[in-house]
Amino acid sequence: MTDDELIWRIAGGSGDGVDSTSQNFTKALMRSGLDVFTHRHYPSRIRGGHTYVEIRAADHPVKSRGDGYNFLLALGDSFARNPQDEAYYGVEEIKPLSENLDDLREGGVIIYDEGLLDIEEVEDFDERVEAHDWHVYPLDLRGLAKEHGREVMRNTAGVGATAALLEMDLDRIEELMEDAMSGEVLEQNLTILRESYETVTEEYEFTHDLRIPEGEHDEEQVLISGSHGIAYGAIDEGCRFIAGYPMTPWTDVFTIMSQNLPEIGGIHEQVEDEIAAAALAIGASHAGAKAMSGSSGGGFALMSEPLGLAEITETPLVLVEATRAGPSTGMPTKPEQGDIEHVLFTSQGDSNRVVFAPGDPAECYEVTRRAFQIAWDYQIPTIVVYDQKLSGEYRNVPASFFDREPNPSLGATLTEEELADAPHDPTGTFSRYRYDTENGVSPRSVPGQKDGHFLASGNEHNEQGHISEDPTNRVLQMDRRQQKLASIRTDLDEEGSLQTYYGPDDADYGIITFGSQQGTVEEAVERLNEGGQAVRALSVTELEPLPETEIVEFLDGVDEALVVEMNATGQLRGHIQRHLGTGGEKLTSLLKYNGNPFEPHEIVEGVELRLTGSADQPTAQTRIEPAAGD
Amino acid sequence: MSTFSAIGEQREVDRNEFTPGIEPQPTWCPGCGDFGVLKALKGAMADVDRNPDEVLLVTGIGCSGKLSSYFNSYGFHSIHGRSLPVARAAKLANPELEVVAAGGDGDGYGIGGNHFMHSARENHDIVYIVFNNEVFGLTKGQASPTSPKGHKSKTQPKGNAKDPVRPLSMALAAGASYVARTAAVNPNQAQEILVEAIEHDGFAHIDFLTQCPTWNKDARQYVPYVDVQDSEDYDFDVTDRREAAEMMHETEEALYEGTVLTGRYYRDENRKSYQQEKRAIGELPETPLAGRYFDEGAEWERSYDFLDRHR
Repeated sequence: MTDDELIWRIAGGSGDGVDSTSQNFTKALMRSGLDVFTHRHYPSRIRGGHTYVEIRAADHPVKSRGDGYNFLLALGDSFARNPQDEAYYGVEEIKPLSENLDDLREGGVIIYDEGLLDIEEVEDFDERVEAHDWHVYPLDLRGLAKEHGREVMRNTAGVGATAALLEMDLDRIEELMEDAMSGEVLEQNLTILRESYETVTEEYEFTHDLRIPEGEHDEEQVLISGSHGIAYGAIDEGCRFIAGYPMTPWTDVFTIMSQNLPEIGGIHEQVEDEIAAAALAIGASHAGAKAMSGSSGGGFALMSEPLGLAEITETPLVLVEATRAGPSTGMPTKPEQGDIEHVLFTSQGDSNRVVFAPGDPAECYEVTRRAFQIAWDYQIPTIVVYDQKLSGEYRNVPASFFDREPNPSLGATLTEEELADAPHDPTGTFSRYRYDTENGVSPRSVPGQKDGHFLASGNEHNEQGHISEDPTNRVLQMDRRQQKLASIRTDLDEEGSLQTYYGPDDADYGIITFGSQQGTVEEAVERLNEGGQAVRALSVTELEPLPETEIVEFLDGVDEALVVEMNATGQLRGHIQRHLGTGGEKLTSLLKYNGNPFEPHEIVEGVELRLTGSADQPTAQTRIEPAAGD
Repeated sequence: MSTFSAIGEQREVDRNEFTPGIEPQPTWCPGCGDFGVLKALKGAMADVDRNPDEVLLVTGIGCSGKLSSYFNSYGFHSIHGRSLPVARAAKLANPELEVVAAGGDGDGYGIGGNHFMHSARENHDIVYIVFNNEVFGLTKGQASPTSPKGHKSKTQPKGNAKDPVRPLSMALAAGASYVARTAAVNPNQAQEILVEAIEHDGFAHIDFLTQCPTWNKDARQYVPYVDVQDSEDYDFDVTDRREAAEMMHETEEALYEGTVLTGRYYRDENRKSYQQEKRAIGELPETPLAGRYFDEGAEWERSYDFLDRHR
């Protein structure tokens, strides 16, 4: 591990502006030419409680949060509870320091607000500082902020001190503050920033080596989260209707859409519950709009029945599912990948849907666009599943990435001219659900089109949509709907797979993962290969229809593969094994479900344990399943 | 001019256009009140000259849900209790459509009660017909939200311990701007009320008494019925919320005491519909969203134009 990168952790209390401060600092790093990656950790609480954002910045692409971090800015927690002795939650006031020390690398830097944090309260602080060669710079950030502005501006003082210790130019930080603020607030913040910078520069002797890395981008970059990727992908596919109910972490996509849609002729609806949300998206889609909805685990559970309705009525629909740690309310603000089975199979009857799992913010955009195309071309619900980590993970992406054509096409929907020539029954009812199709798709009409009326029904129905329990009709309609999945599989294979591969083709050890763990796995693969192993990773984006051929080919090339996923029961491994039969015995799981995503070293250790045939478990927080010898 | 040529055709429409050419015969039991709703709806749509291709009828589940099977128009036979959210969104996506939602009393006041409350509160410009037969018919006679206290069935062997819901009062309290009760046995009144409901700009709730001759034999066939507007025994102002509330309360009580009161109960012409409210604050496009997808000359914004905030 080298320190040619900065991993800055800003820690404080929820509601103290840690998020916005980190956002601006990330942009400053990006504008200075560095590649950036953010990770946020926060409690399910409005005010107070341990929260941090980590920003990793380097002169080369960064794909994960990295292992540990090397620079801590510990702010106070304005809303810390004052617990009684032996409270479950411990002394909250010192958590910005005490909760963050375990992950700080050897030789790391600490700035803490001595105006708010008392190191006497932090157990063995001095001993730990000495043992790990940490460089500690106490500073009265609160005092500085109060002197030149208001107490809440202590975050700015912290950023000034950070810049000083990293010998980083203030220009870009000032530029961003000028974009975001004005008037007295701006003046005060600028003064605090500069005062803090100068105080640190003049009064402290720097004992640490870490300095800001230098980098340069070939073209202009923008800072995008996974949630932005999804929302922007939807907008560029002509989605102009969203219905939802707030739930962490899905709320991010819902918010971005709700803020943008009124400006571009769209409609957003916050409704009474998620059953309504999904039903509204179906109603809007049925009437001719490109519509979406979404939720997180519990809310998505309420969408089960509407989801089945979209399947049988063949109403185009895109749903997004932002997974968080379950079951039930679980850990609302913590990431997990435990909803694969939920998303694949929820709702009664044989499921008939497409499920994609993007791996980073740019993929969120690409995959969402693809999801809309498939949903409207094939009249099938398409679900984008991601998680709390990816939802709030920001990375830099070239601005030119978004410079492409919109696609408002309604896919297999007829115009009135086409409808006039389309088959109708002898009484003039449009044959919406015809048996004979090439790919399983029977084109639809929308209400208001002349001679297009038909019945969309959640009951099994005949070619005109009328309820029918005729056995022959049932088989024909069921087979046609299921045929769409085979057609989609063929399309995906022909148009280029959405899967991501990483590592040498001739590797003899494999890692399979999906979604938000993709970047972390890739970083682990790099390290394993640098360490002399031959390891290759496959990140599966298409969860349904599963790319069986690709997975089989991948497994044919390796002796064994470790399936890396954030859940307790190995849902991706189970899903693959269910499809593969033979070949599935090459799979072992590496699982983590403690509320934090994998760090690259945990995956490296997991692979090394497998390669040495050890029966040990990697760490207390991750698990190999089945364990060697089982 | 609408993008969709069936909308605003301005021709005379015959009620028989709403009768399906194939299998026009509903499967409801002989004597079922649901026939009355079907007949009144066909008549009302013809009265206002809406044609089958500009009407979207969204139904729930149960005997009442089959209304969309026997009414020849664009139809959406959705899931239990969810006709309202499907209908609301279709109206938002294309406000030029005539959108009617319909379902039973279990569908609307029970499993879909949350949607009933919020659709009324938001005052969506749609008609909502609730077939109220005071029982779960298709599942064989269990107590529904409007069943009288004491109703016995296989799932209420000792009789229903619950008081029935008050559908009219609920609609008023939630915010519906048109509330009426009619009965299948009074087809003329039903058709007139449906015409008013269709022409009303806002959420029009009709509690439609539909006798169930099979599972609610104890109940009267809702005869004799009294039209509160025609009767000299009742005098109240349908635009006065307090008077309407009192009359609704009395009507709800009376039903379980053997007196069937029907008529118009509340009308607020001043309250803006949800569509109007949203348009006023710039949350609903001036022209129907659905039409934009069929307009080849439409310009589509792209995310590339919002990137400034990410630089």
